[in-house]
Amino acid sequence: MDTAFTEHRTREPAGGLATIVDDFSADQRAFRNVSWGKAMMWIFLLSDTFIFGTFLIGYMAARMSTTEPWPNASEVFALEIAGRHLPLILIAIMTFVLISSSGTMAMAVNCGYRRQRRATAALLVATAILGATFVGMQAFEWTKLIGEGVRPWGNPWGAAQFGSAFFMITGFHGTHVTIGVIFLLAIARKVIRGDFDHGRPGFFTGRRGRYEAVEIMGLYWHFVDLVWVFIFAFFYLW
Amino acid sequence: MADIPLDRVAETATTEVEDLALRHPHGWVTRYVFSQDAKTIAIQYTATALAVGFVALFLSWLMRLQLGFPGTFAFIDAAAYYQIITMHGMMMIVYVLTAVLLGGFGNYLIPLMVGARDMVFPFANMLSYWFYLLAVIILLASFFAPGGPTGAGWTLYPPQAILSGTPGQESGIILMLVSLIVFIAGFTMGGLNYVVTVLQGRTRGMTLMRMPLTVWGIFTASVMALLAFPALFVACVMLLFDKLLGTSFFMPSLVELGSRLEYGGGSPILFQHLFWFFGHPEVYIVALPAFGIVSDLIATHARRNIFGYRMMVWAILAIGALSFIVWAHHMYVSGMNPWFGFFFATTTLIIAVPTAIKVYNWILTLWRGDIHLTVPMLFALGFIVTFVNGGLSGLFLGNVVVDVPLSDTMFVVAHFHMVMGIAPVLVIFGAIYHWYPKVTGRMMNDALGKLHFWVTFVGTYAIFFPMHYLGLLGVPRRYHEMGEASFFPPSAQMLNAYITIVALVVGAAQLVFLFNLLWSIRHGREAGGNPWRATSLEWQTPQTPPPHGNWGKERPTVYRWAYDYNVPGVAQDFIPQNMPPEAVALGPRLATGGVP
Ligand code: HEM
Ligand SMILES: [Cu+2]
Repeated sequence: MDTAFTEHRTREPAGGLATIVDDFSADQRAFRNVSWGKAMMWIFLLSDTFIFGTFLIGYMAARMSTTEPWPNASEVFALEIAGRHLPLILIAIMTFVLISSSGTMAMAVNCGYRRQRRATAALLVATAILGATFVGMQAFEWTKLIGEGVRPWGNPWGAAQFGSAFFMITGFHGTHVTIGVIFLLAIARKVIRGDFDHGRPGFFTGRRGRYEAVEIMGLYWHFVDLVWVFIFAFFYLW
Repeated sequence: MADIPLDRVAETATTEVEDLALRHPHGWVTRYVFSQDAKTIAIQYTATALAVGFVALFLSWLMRLQLGFPGTFAFIDAAAYYQIITMHGMMMIVYVLTAVLLGGFGNYLIPLMVGARDMVFPFANMLSYWFYLLAVIILLASFFAPGGPTGAGWTLYPPQAILSGTPGQESGIILMLVSLIVFIAGFTMGGLNYVVTVLQGRTRGMTLMRMPLTVWGIFTASVMALLAFPALFVACVMLLFDKLLGTSFFMPSLVELGSRLEYGGGSPILFQHLFWFFGHPEVYIVALPAFGIVSDLIATHARRNIFGYRMMVWAILAIGALSFIVWAHHMYVSGMNPWFGFFFATTTLIIAVPTAIKVYNWILTLWRGDIHLTVPMLFALGFIVTFVNGGLSGLFLGNVVVDVPLSDTMFVVAHFHMVMGIAPVLVIFGAIYHWYPKVTGRMMNDALGKLHFWVTFVGTYAIFFPMHYLGLLGVPRRYHEMGEASFFPPSAQMLNAYITIVALVVGAAQLVFLFNLLWSIRHGREAGGNPWRATSLEWQTPQTPPPHGNWGKERPTVYRWAYDYNVPGVAQDFIPQNMPPEAVALGPRLATGGVP
């Protein structure tokens, strides 16, 4: 009787797949050196990936099923600068700005772990400024397109879904960047106040502050950056 | 088996996981209203969801009255009928079942069963409930909005969902979409908590492979929900834009009442794909926690270890993974490419394999068990029968050629009520009877519980079984009356009247449950800490009901899995998970083997 029970309890460490399962399912935590906050951010980002993924798939499906021609992105997003016609120039600059902000973010994480309070805060603020610049340029781009007659429900050049998908996807991404900027500033404030040096409890959560918060913020920020790369590829280059 | 060897993992003796800094309540408001204690949040979730459940039940009465006695109730015209089925369906699936099983049971059981003090981020957990409540309020507000709630069907298919022929298109559909978006935001905060608590917040000795299956079920369902709700979120946002901004994501060119609409070029099928990419996993988001809970109820009340524990875990994970690649079996008649139908029929039938494994394991657990027909056990057994029944009609509907004539008939209504309506509801009842003593310290009344079970169990069969037959006759679903189609025999209408009467009785029986639930808080029999003599950690708390922080000074250490019932050579008929091996009394079985 109860062979399942006996087997379960006295099983010798087996090789292969069973060992992997045992290691992974081990005592207390599945990921040994990952804190709660970091695990939560990773899983949130996984979920958010599905949101952006679905948005992009929805856009592609709409683009393929619409009956009218799709406007030429490189022409729509061109600018005249000093008499020269430059396709996609604004988007290129925006992309550059956002990628640079990932650089400053990475440096902020690094300084955080060295407990360089001022440098961390400065780099976080720099990241926030670059992020805000990105959002600003996006606002400029929206204004320009709206001025040219692009609306969510139609545009002068072809399929109405062009404007719909453009405003929806860049808007949703821009919201992510904006939220990121707000959190960057909040964390910069905590850093400069020394919350993470003294482990001051958070106002809402009551948890002691740690420099790891900077890294978790960084995960989010790099994710938002990465998503932009996909939006850039699928919306502007296709 | 005289000695009880330790698993090698149990030797990690340090508390590696930080004990959570808890925010203790300072007054009435932080204790009972804005509480950060997962157990309080669980009760708030459950109470709210049960309230919504009673509204949805009341709506089912209205539908049944109309179907049974068409024309008698003048206020239920075709439009009102659509609104009622839509609200009934959406409420039951999202706002009742998902909320109770994940928000309610997840919050109560996960921290206790894995030996944690609370969820890992109690503040986010609290926000999760308040978002849920807001979503419920928005949803209920649509009853009072101009034009009433939406009548689009719970599937909300465009184009009709937002066109002017559909009741509730003025504001009901907008409120519905907004409410769903808020619900998803709120669920995400809770779901992240459940997942991280299970992965990273367990107590010493609690490996994943020692967790009770309840935790496995809720955990897997939460992961699935975090991956499936995004599709619904996106679909809702896009549909909202189609409605409010005049975009055409889902809207083709149309002529309505003789005039051409502004829409054009969108794809209604895209919505169906997005909706069912959420909708099918949703079935298992509801079913997997129910599977887990049933496994534990059966093991406890049959005093047997669960048969094939590891297989059960793998089956849960396999079902979770497979359920993401079957969604288009809801779309056989949508006009999608027939090859898709072939693919999705195949994957659908494959899911039956891990599901059948689970059913066999339940039966084998019961086999020669010391079965105690307590109220929770009755509900668990009722679940197995009902679920198998619904699963079998699911095999019919999973095959394209069989589904096409049955699609949109009462057969489908019968199928999904069996498999994801009644079956999980039976588990929810069973679980409430089972864990109520932990929550309140008192037992629920047994006689009333048995009455509730038998009326509900027999009654729901009496309601839904004949619907299969009506479906085979061709009676369509979502019709407010059958009309005078010549191929319905007159007895079909008699059958409808009979179903309605049973539905009224079953609905009334739920009031018995409600009474029992409230009455027992003060007047139930004192339960003690572990009335069912169960092994899992929630029954081993130093106090009942457990206080904030659950465990007093020290968190428990776990030495074994959750299914040590009737271990040969051991005096007691169960060994709690946290009983040190040296404390286990050996010798002949004590006379008090069973459940009081
Ligand atoms: C005794 C309890 C219940 C009764 C009497 C009942 C009755 C009904 C009836 C008469 C319909 C409409 C059929 C039609 O004309 O198409 C319906 C639809 C539905 N019910 Fe129930 N129901 C009950 C419980 C539940 C539960 C627990 C669930 C949870 C999953 C549920 C989910 C649904 C759904 C999703 C629909 C489809 C709505 C639609 O077509 O948009 N019901 N129910
Ligand atoms: Cu399905």
